[in-house]
Amino acid sequence: MSDGLAVENLSFGYPGHRVGDGVSFSLRPGEVLCLLGPNGGGKSTLLKTMLGLLPPLAGTVRIDGDDTAAWNPRRRALAFGYVPQSGAGLFAFTVAEMVLMGRTAHHAAFAPPSAEDRAIADEALASLGMTALAHRSWLKISGGERQLALIARALAQQPRVLVLDEPTANLDFGNQIRVLAQVKRLAAQGLAVIFATHHPEQAFACADHVAVLHDHRLDRIGTPDAIITAATMREVYGVEVDIVPVEGSRLKMCAPKDWR
Amino acid sequence: MVLTAFAVTVGAYPVTLSDLAVSFGLKSGTVSDAAQTVIWQIRGPRIFAALLVGTALASSGSAYQSLFRNPLVSPDILGVSSGAALGAVLGIYLSLPVIGIEAMSFAGGLTAVGMVYGLAATISGRDPILVLVLTGVVVGALFGSGVALLKFLADPLNQLPAITFWLLGSLASFNRADLMVLAPTVLVAVIPLVLLRWRLDVMSLGEEEATALGVDVRWVRGAVVIGATLMTAAAVSVSGIVGWVGLLVPHLARLIVGPAFARLLPMTIVFGAAYLLAVDTVARTIGVVELPLGVLTAVIGTPVFLWLLARGRHGAW
Repeated sequence: MSDGLAVENLSFGYPGHRVGDGVSFSLRPGEVLCLLGPNGGGKSTLLKTMLGLLPPLAGTVRIDGDDTAAWNPRRRALAFGYVPQSGAGLFAFTVAEMVLMGRTAHHAAFAPPSAEDRAIADEALASLGMTALAHRSWLKISGGERQLALIARALAQQPRVLVLDEPTANLDFGNQIRVLAQVKRLAAQGLAVIFATHHPEQAFACADHVAVLHDHRLDRIGTPDAIITAATMREVYGVEVDIVPVEGSRLKMCAPKDWR
Repeated sequence: MVLTAFAVTVGAYPVTLSDLAVSFGLKSGTVSDAAQTVIWQIRGPRIFAALLVGTALASSGSAYQSLFRNPLVSPDILGVSSGAALGAVLGIYLSLPVIGIEAMSFAGGLTAVGMVYGLAATISGRDPILVLVLTGVVVGALFGSGVALLKFLADPLNQLPAITFWLLGSLASFNRADLMVLAPTVLVAVIPLVLLRWRLDVMSLGEEEATALGVDVRWVRGAVVIGATLMTAAAVSVSGIVGWVGLLVPHLARLIVGPAFARLLPMTIVFGAAYLLAVDTVARTIGVVELPLGVLTAVIGTPVFLWLLARGRHGAW
């Protein structure tokens, strides 16, 4: 069977309210998929259904050919690392404690985290250059720092597939760029990465594939160059743009005509 | 320890520290029979009761706060205390033995927490903290009216005074038989909280995030709710409604050791036990007539709660 993630004919949504239908795609280790789509189009619902947080209405999600339908949360957490849109932080855990929670699936329910768990969590923090923040309170760091710490937590999980739901929402310009640079680096280390975003340009920065969730379907899947076109932007977002290549790179920028 | 030794020595009958040391075989000498009785039959069990009730209320409060991701919940606010009280009053009304009262109390507490959580979960789209607290208040009021009905029906000469004094919260009538029920219940009920201390941290991130991190939330939630509710019920069935301990003590402990449950739980137990012992000692020694424990904890608790509420606006718990 194929290596990596395979989503087959997935229908998702809530009882009585189908959000998306017939979604199929696959992703190999080391590849990045950028998920685009309008507000309320069901990107988060799709990601949560893949993760098993919502039951699928139909279809299957496979990891290395195995159907994940019967997996328990622990087994799922060993396969999928999830970076939610906004980390729920109500209590003043330290950044290190928060990242250590990424090891939950690796130790037994009653067991404390081992020295190895702590070392892996520290390493995850260090890999994102966050060691200096380890003992800061979760409630007293910036949104960008939280986002990076949540990525560190997902890395501490040592998953096969990293799922990020709008990792750059609420981030300033600098942090958006830093987070995507990390995404690119993690894929180079062999992770399969899926991220949802509202910024088509980000696909050129780090994605191998782009998929657009529009009108309940995921029909457009392909390379950034093939998918992110003026026609797609018009149809999906209802705006007229020019796609402008940045010389000497694979990047392209979307220049809205309404702004000129 | 120091507080415990001190608590033994204060009260209507004078007992000296030296009497205490002799009685425990730490020192040779003689102690009057009256002093022996006071230490072993009256004050001793009561002090143990205060320590255990403080432990039970405070640690169940800290568990509910982590589980429901809500720093403002406690056994009283969630309606657990009212539910447990209704169960216990029903037990007294039916003249059940202590273990029967405790069982009724547990059933009442579990019903209340189930109702509050179930109702709050169906009311979506609003601030979940607010919904949970308000639902708790509403369910608490419903169970409170049940208690009022039983008081109305109770025999005014024998049962009514017993129920009324018991509801005010007091350890005055506590005896060794009660201790034999309370101590094992609290010890058994604290076990799931101790075992699941690491999982509770993850649960405090919310059930969705906890699931994504690999926690089987239904199982953990069930075990923690049963443990915490059993403890609350055990405490309520012997001491009546002693409010605010379950809310304030975990906060105080969290200010000192942070929210990680593995450190929070022991700190909460120490603070809860010490706090309730101190308040109970004050209650039985401050005046000629003993003050109800529940009244004292409320007088201390209300202003501190308001302070926490005002402070919560700044987002740090």
